[in-house]
Amino acid sequence: MVQVLFIFIPIIAAIFIPVLFKKVRGLHTGWFVLIVPVVLAAIYASYISQVMHGETIVSEVNWIPSLGISFISYIDGLSLLFSLLITGIGALVVLYSIFYLDRSREQLHNFYVYLLMFMSAMLGVVQSDHLISLYLFWELTSISSFLLIGYWYDRDRSRFGALKSMMITVFGGLMMLGGFVLLSIMGETYSIRELIAQAPTLASHEWFTLSLVLILLGAFTKSAQFPFYIWLPDAMEAPTPVSAYLHSATMVKAGIYLVARLTPIFAISETWVWLVMGVGLFTLFWGSFFAVKQTDLKGILAFSTVSQLGLIMSLLGASAVAFHVDQAQDTVFKFAAFAAIFHLINHATFKGSLFMIAGIVDHETGTRDIRKLGGLMSIMPISFTVAAIGSLSMAGVPPFNGFLSKEMFLTSMLAMKDFNILAMDTWGAVFPIVAWIASVFTFVYSFYFVFKTFTGKYKPELLPKKAHEAPIGMLISPILLASLVVIIFFIPNIIGDVFVKPAVLAIQPFLYDSASDIPIHVSAWHGFKPELFMTLGIFVVGFLLYLTIAKWQKLYKIMPDWLSLNRLYDRFMTFLDKDLNRFSKLYMTGSIRNYLIYMFAFIVAITIGTLFAKDAFTFSMEGTAPIRFYEIIIILVLVISTITVLFSKSRLTAIIALGSVGYTVALFFVIFNAPDLALTQLVIETVSVALFLLAFYHLPKVSRHEERIGFRLNNFIIALGVGIMVTLVALSAQSQKLVPSITEYYKETVNTLAGGGNIVNVILVDYRGFDTLFEITVLSIAGMAILGMIKLRLSRKENEHENK
Amino acid sequence: MEVIMAFVIGFLFMAAVYLMLSKSLLRIIIGTGLLSHGAHLLILTMGGLGGSAPPVLADGVTDMADAIPQALILTAIVISFGVTAFFLVLAYRAYQELGTDDMNLMRGTDEDDE
Repeated sequence: MVQVLFIFIPIIAAIFIPVLFKKVRGLHTGWFVLIVPVVLAAIYASYISQVMHGETIVSEVNWIPSLGISFISYIDGLSLLFSLLITGIGALVVLYSIFYLDRSREQLHNFYVYLLMFMSAMLGVVQSDHLISLYLFWELTSISSFLLIGYWYDRDRSRFGALKSMMITVFGGLMMLGGFVLLSIMGETYSIRELIAQAPTLASHEWFTLSLVLILLGAFTKSAQFPFYIWLPDAMEAPTPVSAYLHSATMVKAGIYLVARLTPIFAISETWVWLVMGVGLFTLFWGSFFAVKQTDLKGILAFSTVSQLGLIMSLLGASAVAFHVDQAQDTVFKFAAFAAIFHLINHATFKGSLFMIAGIVDHETGTRDIRKLGGLMSIMPISFTVAAIGSLSMAGVPPFNGFLSKEMFLTSMLAMKDFNILAMDTWGAVFPIVAWIASVFTFVYSFYFVFKTFTGKYKPELLPKKAHEAPIGMLISPILLASLVVIIFFIPNIIGDVFVKPAVLAIQPFLYDSASDIPIHVSAWHGFKPELFMTLGIFVVGFLLYLTIAKWQKLYKIMPDWLSLNRLYDRFMTFLDKDLNRFSKLYMTGSIRNYLIYMFAFIVAITIGTLFAKDAFTFSMEGTAPIRFYEIIIILVLVISTITVLFSKSRLTAIIALGSVGYTVALFFVIFNAPDLALTQLVIETVSVALFLLAFYHLPKVSRHEERIGFRLNNFIIALGVGIMVTLVALSAQSQKLVPSITEYYKETVNTLAGGGNIVNVILVDYRGFDTLFEITVLSIAGMAILGMIKLRLSRKENEHENK
Repeated sequence: MEVIMAFVIGFLFMAAVYLMLSKSLLRIIIGTGLLSHGAHLLILTMGGLGGSAPPVLADGVTDMADAIPQALILTAIVISFGVTAFFLVLAYRAYQELGTDDMNLMRGTDEDDE
């Protein structure tokens, strides 16, 4: 109970933020906000020892019990690790934002409300055991991310980036919802724990692969995998604390979390292994390759995030291979899950600090354009140190934590080529090669990022502001993160035992009994293995490429702009907007005749089609009334009058002919023994014709020239179709009557029960008097409406008023 | 008899639809008039055209026309009259205000939507 409420603490705190912002003007609102993540981090830290020993902590609050929907907070190694990342880095980011965002110029209440909303959402995502509440929090992260990217909403680029990220992540979220629903139908439960328990039976279900693909779409869009990564570089329009928090350390890892969490369910499927590993590896390569093209500091970091997320994703894919081999504990695949989680922690530390440094550079020089920057090393020594630590860790250089995770990554990828299951013997060799190339580019952009900014020539004439070192408050967070980068290198096994192994247990629960069983010991030096030579190769080739960067960077211009995925996205958006609008205009002509043609054509097609499809057409003369002479005469009169209506040149003739049709119908009523109908029909036809004549008399002068109705083949075909349809339906209905009429009852009781003799009248006012009541209402409404139309002339009055 | 009536009614519907697809407002209203005549006759025909006497109790009469369709048609006639009258006055007002009865000239434009 209490544990579920912890998730909601930030969002509850958010309610008070605007009040504090308005009332307490003297103090930066961020200081109040800071309390929330710090307290939460302390709470979650207190769980560490329990979780380390393999315990899980579960707490449930019912939400919609009748539908089996509840908030379940389930804390195991994986969710605890994420919760600590979210609250820990959240605290550092809030601290950083206090110095980054100006108290008097920024709308801080908006910023912190969105940020706290996001924090709740993210905690909910990583702790939810219930699929539906997981989806709820998932979409809340999309929405709060949208609000945060569009924080400076008066800028076009911010709004564009916010919309783009919203479109893509919500698309993925909806796909994921579909996958969740399929999964819960297959397993007949919403609980992820219970689904994991029945994983082997789920795999044989026909929807298994479909739900797998749908859920992966959600994870890939959120975690910016190829080809959905395009929203992430545009999301860099957000304030830098947001980029550091959401778009490097937490939200983009929600997809990673989802893949890791559902690995025990889906890893049995080959599709999962290939999709996760293939997409991850390709994203790794793609992101690292295009990071060197960027000129914006945050652009480089965005592509680097994409690339690193791809790395983690591919490791998770490799860890899924462990479900396909016997004795997985003894194979190298045991490294994959460990490496994924370990790199996830490492990435959160160094990428968070790098974003903060990019923000500091922006804040202190006024630009993030790497072409204008340079030579800041002596001006901003602390920032440079932090940036260098982060970048070198990202590049995989010792003595920083990136080195360790990169070694484990190479080990896992090298293992792929030796494997002969899942058709890996043919394609396995591709994995280490792609991984190696991507690592070279990672090395290049890491150096590019830090040395193009801080070394070289200082160009003060290009900078909007005079550069100087940032205030110490702004530097605290990146310094703390950078020291973590170094500390983790020296104590990897403590981190491994406390955080990583419990998380690995959650990813591969079938392989180990408890976290301490995981036989992995990280060491910086592991002898002369192939991965060591690969690393050396990365350093040498990467360094050479960095030195010659000016020469080959032009190569990026070869790829034409219109081929990019961003163009594709833009094109798709204009297609949705302009082209579909144009398409609508093709059939939405504004002419009522066209609409009538559509409607009639569809009615005819559907009805006649159904008649033939169901073989419903029958024809019989049985039980029909005899044909009599008078009726034939009247029918002839009716047909002739109708033809006159159609072919009359003047509209007056048409009106008279319509009257003639009406009177003939009255004659039909006489012949078919319906005296009340005949009476009514005669009177009403007379009044109607009078009204028609009135309307005719008031025809406008200009278009008064009489003309015969033109012949149009289209109209004729439609009209003929309607006529045939009515005849066919009437004949079929006439020929297959199923039950006799209930009119006998009326005949027998009309006198005894109702005390009348005229059955039609008694039906109208006694048996079915309600119809009559509302038919009277219809007439009165029509009368009042006519009166209203004639009397009310609002527009004309307004015009007169204006003329005065 | 019902079979012949089915064809007559089909013909009425055809004429009605053809008129409704024309561009003159008055002809469209004439078309709706024909359409309601067709519908009323259809109800009557589908109820069966047998019966040799009106549905009024009288001594020695057993073979009466079915009363239910007649009651239904009576309601329908009154309602269609109400609607037609309203529609006609609407057309009359449209003539007065817009000065045309050509449906092609009475279409909305994009400016109207905004």
